[in-house]
Amino acid sequence: MSILLDRDTRVIVQGITGRMARFHTKDMLEYGTNVVGGVVPGKGGQKVEGVPVFDTVKEAVAATGAEASLVFVPPPFAADSIMEAADGGIRYCVCVTDGIPAGDMIRVKRYMMRYPRERRMVLTGPNCAGTISPGKALLGIMPGHIYLPGNVGIVGRSGTLGYEAAAQLKELGLGVSTSVGIGGDPINGSSFKDILERFENDADTDVICMIGEIGGPQEAEAADYIRDHVTKPVVAYVAGLTAPKGRTMGHAGAIISAFGESASEKVEILENVGVTVAENPAVIGKTVAQVMGKAA
Amino acid sequence: MDVHEYQAKEILSGFGVEVPPGALAYSPEQAAYRARELGGDKWVVKAQVHAGGRGKAGGVKLCDSDHAIQEACESMFGRKLVTHQTGPEGKGIYRVYVEAAVPIEREFYLGLVMDRSSQRVMIVASAEGGMEIEEISAEKPDSIVRSTVEPAVGLQDFQAREIAFELGIEPGLVSQVVRTLQGCYRAFSELDATMVEINPLVVTGDDRVIALDAKMTFDYNALFRHPQISELRDKSQEDPRESRAADRGLSYVGLDGNIGCIVNGAGLAMATMDTIMLAGGAPANFLDIGGGATPERVAKAFRLVMSDKNVQAVLVNIFAGINRCDWVAEGLVQALNEVQVDVPVIARLAGTNVEEGQRILSKSGLPIIRAGTLMEAAERAVVAWQNDLTQATRMRAVK
Repeated sequence: MSILLDRDTRVIVQGITGRMARFHTKDMLEYGTNVVGGVVPGKGGQKVEGVPVFDTVKEAVAATGAEASLVFVPPPFAADSIMEAADGGIRYCVCVTDGIPAGDMIRVKRYMMRYPRERRMVLTGPNCAGTISPGKALLGIMPGHIYLPGNVGIVGRSGTLGYEAAAQLKELGLGVSTSVGIGGDPINGSSFKDILERFENDADTDVICMIGEIGGPQEAEAADYIRDHVTKPVVAYVAGLTAPKGRTMGHAGAIISAFGESASEKVEILENVGVTVAENPAVIGKTVAQVMGKAA
Repeated sequence: MDVHEYQAKEILSGFGVEVPPGALAYSPEQAAYRARELGGDKWVVKAQVHAGGRGKAGGVKLCDSDHAIQEACESMFGRKLVTHQTGPEGKGIYRVYVEAAVPIEREFYLGLVMDRSSQRVMIVASAEGGMEIEEISAEKPDSIVRSTVEPAVGLQDFQAREIAFELGIEPGLVSQVVRTLQGCYRAFSELDATMVEINPLVVTGDDRVIALDAKMTFDYNALFRHPQISELRDKSQEDPRESRAADRGLSYVGLDGNIGCIVNGAGLAMATMDTIMLAGGAPANFLDIGGGATPERVAKAFRLVMSDKNVQAVLVNIFAGINRCDWVAEGLVQALNEVQVDVPVIARLAGTNVEEGQRILSKSGLPIIRAGTLMEAAERAVVAWQNDLTQATRMRAVK
């Protein structure tokens, strides 16, 4: 059983009738993901890629037993869709939308707190590529063919940099248990720490590969957690050594605004707790392989 | 998105924050006229640029006559103000704000930010006003008072009172501080700000609490629902290439190197820059062409990178998930056919539809240097740039 999603996980796509959402729904179905429906208000009764569309998440859950959702809704409406999923009984939600106002995400996070922990939806993203458990299921927009099934758990902010790592691992014959994108926004659903905790408790994961970047406190918070709770080896890479201070580098959250937020400071913080840091993005795979060799 | 001080003050004053009487001017004559309109006998002339540290850089001047105002303005208009926040190129002064001078009794620091740890709005305050918050946290960290706001119910009066008492505000003035804090929080949350800073917030000799300076930054992602804020954008304060990129939906940051970068995804773009540095080169820019980039958008990205005269080689690094390699390749071919590119182009494509992308590139007959891995791409870019440099030198020697 992999973390967050599995072969049988029943998935709905919110915003399924959009052009890109259709494209990726097809892709997810071809990968083997158990997509059972979609939600678009006012388009209930239609079909997309052979799956039924519902007007509300509640209807979709009642009719299909959906447990997971992919939010593919434009930024002005995405926060509302995430809250609808949380209220509709969805257990795991991935939001790929880039450009959600930070104020909306603060509201979303607060709204999710109204459910007791055991019934609270897990959110990853927004502004992420999604989650994949290779050979089982794909919930997002990543190209599935670059991932081999295996026992490296990947967690990262950036989509394409995560692909880079997976492709390097595949090149070396190494596979991935689950790869989770936590997204590049300043206010996100799950942090590095949240996902590290799941990997630590996951029987399918032997090594954790963490891909961070400049900005925000989540890499440093993860370092504290690793020091106190993680027994599995952790390999990390932090992007943005050449990024100037005070400038937003693409991701809304990628900005060095306080002490400890630059790439070199994060590298130091992680190394101090025993994390093996890949010195450049081209050797992420090789570094994981070395650490695995030592651990074996 | 940043706005000017006078704009931030106008906004905050609409939310009940008291600010000094002031007026905007576009010329020295207008500034003097504005001062006469305001009345009084002491004024402050403040350069309106999107940067802090104006006082130390000569962008804020206390004046006591018509003549002094004109003189202060002459030293500002049309000049570039260089502060520790602007970088060496500085920011152009095209507007000044004239304010009636205020008799200051005490100065405080007040800021509202998005706190990424608590994922809430945090109020940061200190009795050490007038200093930058970085200085305060380095030198007087104990003076800093922090309080986070519960988003469901907003800032409560008791929280604002607690902050006021911790700052040592006299009981008689606490209600004014509460009103100021409430105004700032409401402006922050209703207008989707990401930062509000009042530094200094002052208590005057006649017992009033006034925002002497004000800075606001707004969330780009929320501008769609605040057209009145979007209108405050001042392109004269932006890097022209970065403005042009933003208008085209591309995320671009200019840097000092000479290897241009076109990458999809912010993380991969930063990693590409880092790899170029490790391979012995220097990146000329950060550029994320984003998800779902059409061929037209890739072509635009190419024009943008080539508009930087320092660029001597271009590295295209695309790992395609949401945007497919064939689109990217088409855009690249289209751009290279349309845009005059006289520097080596190194392309590395991987991911979805990679074979189709490679086929399009090789069929085009264009002299594109292809690379399989990120390191290979960076190394080839550095070599190509060095060769190009040698060739250019040789050509100059021949001429």
